Amino acid sequence: MRALLRNRRALAGASILAFFGLVAIFAPLIAPYSPTDINFTPMLGPSAKHLLGTTPQGQDIFSQLVYGSRDSLEVGVITGAIISAVQLVMGVFSGYAGGWVDSVLSSVTNVFLVLPGLVLLIVITSYVTTKGVPVIIGVLAVTGWAWGARVLRSQAIALRDRPFVEAARMSGERRWHIVVFNIVPNMFGVLVANFFGAALYAVLAEAGLDFLGLGNINDVSWGTMLYWAQSANAMLLGEWVYLLLPGLCILLLGTGFGLLNFAVDEVADPRLRRV
Amino acid sequence: MAPLLEVRDLYVGYGWDKRNLMTVVRGVSLSVARGEVIGLAGESGCGKTTLAMAVAGLLEPPGHVVKGQVLFEGRDLLGLSRDEQRALRLAEVSMVFQASMNVLNPVMRVKDQFHDAMAAHGVKSAEVSLARARELFAAVKLPERFLDAYPHQLSGGMRQRAVIALALCLRPKLLVLDEPTTALDVVVQRSIVQMLGDLRKELGFGVIFVTHDLSLLVEIADRVAIMYAGQVVEEAPAQALYEEPRHPYTAALMGSFPPVGAERQRLAGLAGQPPDMRQLPAGCAFSPRCPKIIPGTCEVLSPTETHDGAGRRVSCHLYAQQAEEVAQVG
Amino acid sequence: MKYLARRVGLLLVTGWAALTFNFVLPRLMPGNPVEVMLARFQGKLTPQAANALEVAFGLKTKQSAIGQYFSYLGHTLSGHLGVSLTYFPEKVTTLIGEALPWTLGLVGFATVVAFVVGTAIGALAAWHRGSALDSVMVPTGVMLGAMPVFWIGLLVLYVFAFKLGWFPVAGGSSGGQGLTSISGFGAVISHAALPAITLTAVSLGGYIILMRNTTITVLQDDFVKFARAKGLPERVIAARYAARNAILPNFTTFALALGFVVAGAIFIEYVFDYPGIAYLLYQAVTSLDYPLMQGIFLVIVVGVLIANFLADLLYVFLDPRIRVEARR
Repeated sequence: MRALLRNRRALAGASILAFFGLVAIFAPLIAPYSPTDINFTPMLGPSAKHLLGTTPQGQDIFSQLVYGSRDSLEVGVITGAIISAVQLVMGVFSGYAGGWVDSVLSSVTNVFLVLPGLVLLIVITSYVTTKGVPVIIGVLAVTGWAWGARVLRSQAIALRDRPFVEAARMSGERRWHIVVFNIVPNMFGVLVANFFGAALYAVLAEAGLDFLGLGNINDVSWGTMLYWAQSANAMLLGEWVYLLLPGLCILLLGTGFGLLNFAVDEVADPRLRRV
Repeated sequence: MAPLLEVRDLYVGYGWDKRNLMTVVRGVSLSVARGEVIGLAGESGCGKTTLAMAVAGLLEPPGHVVKGQVLFEGRDLLGLSRDEQRALRLAEVSMVFQASMNVLNPVMRVKDQFHDAMAAHGVKSAEVSLARARELFAAVKLPERFLDAYPHQLSGGMRQRAVIALALCLRPKLLVLDEPTTALDVVVQRSIVQMLGDLRKELGFGVIFVTHDLSLLVEIADRVAIMYAGQVVEEAPAQALYEEPRHPYTAALMGSFPPVGAERQRLAGLAGQPPDMRQLPAGCAFSPRCPKIIPGTCEVLSPTETHDGAGRRVSCHLYAQQAEEVAQVG
Repeated sequence: MKYLARRVGLLLVTGWAALTFNFVLPRLMPGNPVEVMLARFQGKLTPQAANALEVAFGLKTKQSAIGQYFSYLGHTLSGHLGVSLTYFPEKVTTLIGEALPWTLGLVGFATVVAFVVGTAIGALAAWHRGSALDSVMVPTGVMLGAMPVFWIGLLVLYVFAFKLGWFPVAGGSSGGQGLTSISGFGAVISHAALPAITLTAVSLGGYIILMRNTTITVLQDDFVKFARAKGLPERVIAARYAARNAILPNFTTFALALGFVVAGAIFIEYVFDYPGIAYLLYQAVTSLDYPLMQGIFLVIVVGVLIANFLADLLYVFLDPRIRVEARR
């Protein structure tokens, strides 16, 4: 744990997340206007009243940007958590149990792994009539768990044969008890790294869906901002701020998760530890 | 005749910060004559593997040689350039690692691994390498067809033999073996040791055999050096050591290995823990566990090394009054 | 070979799953999609169009659900994917056939280049661990991996096509020219350049980091130490011992990542108006052209599965432990 605190990349990642977290929490205080307020003159450039200008619909860009952080963080963290939970159950149980249980579960994992996730995502969202964040979270979770499950499974298999697990089995501990109290704590590093990886995936995928207009286009998120920018031909109109900033925020938030993912991996795996 | 290998007062430390190294080899001096078998014995962590690596020129960060020399045929190995060191490896000094299970490249055929080693030392022809490999496989009693195989197709014992064969392919003058048989079962162990003996008679190389199994050394070594906490605490011809271990640690090690043929005896273990190399006592490193400790002396004063005329030396206060003393102030 | 047999099995199971998914999903959603379509087109659907829908959904009303399922399977497996609604009366297969080559070129290029270049950079970074190269490459890799594809696409389009005018702004080629003429070929390349470069750049990051970490791990393996003990020159060790072994798990990941590259292609084609199959899918989805959508979904899944299988096949050649069964 201490090593993590000293790791530069972990600190960088954590700072980024903390920054966005604070922005999200204090959004009402930071943003001067409501993000959905359309009473402003559209297409204004940056000014003192509107730090980043206004959208073609007449909304304040800066406020939208600030509130957008809530959406991305929410989706990122919640989806990340759900995916991590599913990965944990599928991967660890399958790896530890072995035998036919493992064969079945890992076949299922492989199927989900090979199916192109986003394609599945797009098709499912087209069928679903209600649009919005919960749907996106659900669909992302269904399509995004497979890869991490594979990783956790091989970890579980490696741990299963270790002496202390053998000892637990010999002393008659019940299977789930062994898994929860012996195996999982030893995979803690990988689990945490996976969480950040899943969150990264969720942030990017959600932004992508929003951008394509498959989310609720009336929600305020960085992805939908880009959707509106694209459909209003911001490019042709020279509104580069509108184009640049939401994406930059996605990139930064994603990098935050990504850095933490990398750093936790580095610290947890003794072979990767820094010189 | 000049010794094949001479280690002079070697100090090796471990660590990433050069100012704050943990010294694991503390002033070791050792020499190996041509064709001689030296056994190096001690518990895990006594520094014998580090010493072996340093001697073979294979020490890499975080290991650093802090002081001392390793003279191979009179040349200081540590002073050579990287290329010169590389040229010496395998051709003059060869090392077989502990647990050679995974020492072969999994994606290359065994014969190719012979070839690239030989090619690195000037033997460009594949036929020559192959012929040599066949010779060696015969010597280690491995069927020739395994030359075409991949490492995973050989069993553990077979891989160990293959590695030994590889180590000898350029006829080195010195072979350093680090626990070559520890991971194998006793029967395989025996056959490998026998094979090594035969090869040595044929090729005449010197051997440094590192192990914690003292009983094995007593059988195959000419001389045995006992290491504790980074120092050589006793050295003697193998038989003499067996009959009369002088250092209390040696006696304890002996007591831990019952000879198979002898009558039942009480096993005397060794109390205490291996020493923490960062917090050694001021005096003799073995003093906390020594059954023959001289209170007031051993904990505070480092023992001096004494030699007797018959090729034995020991570092212990019990023998300080005997024979000539090396003029070293502890 | 057991390994290949298992991979073929996986392929078949996944393919079947995709087919069934296509069949089941419309029926799970509230409302009959055919009725939804009818309502939407407000009676403008010709009888042929309605029939097309029914073929696509296997909704021959006289059969039971199981019967529908099997006739659907029959139709699909014999290549009858129905007729598109938005491009009526074009057959789905025709449309897919036109769009597919564009995507194959784009995705094929991007995937291979990203893998090769990313792996090479990652290996270099690992080999010179702690150096300036390594310290720069790691965060670069992370950032590349965190980049929203579509955003980069937009920016690239804005800067290089719109502002600087170096590349065309949209489409696959100029004026419908194919690959047959030199100028046509050139046009195709210039249209494909930006999408290809963007897609490649975004895929690069993951490979860099993966190869770097794998190589670092391999460098600590015993056989690398022994290679040094044999006195082999560093270059040989780097290539034949370290990289050659490190690339194996990377290759597996590469095979699995093919599905994700398709995702990237969707965004890229959308942003650049590139007439590939992913763009077609997007259009189908937004206009609720169910037959087309299902057909494309199927083709994409099958394509990814085949690519996956080819990668697995290649892997067998790379790793002798799979190729040659262990004797003990």
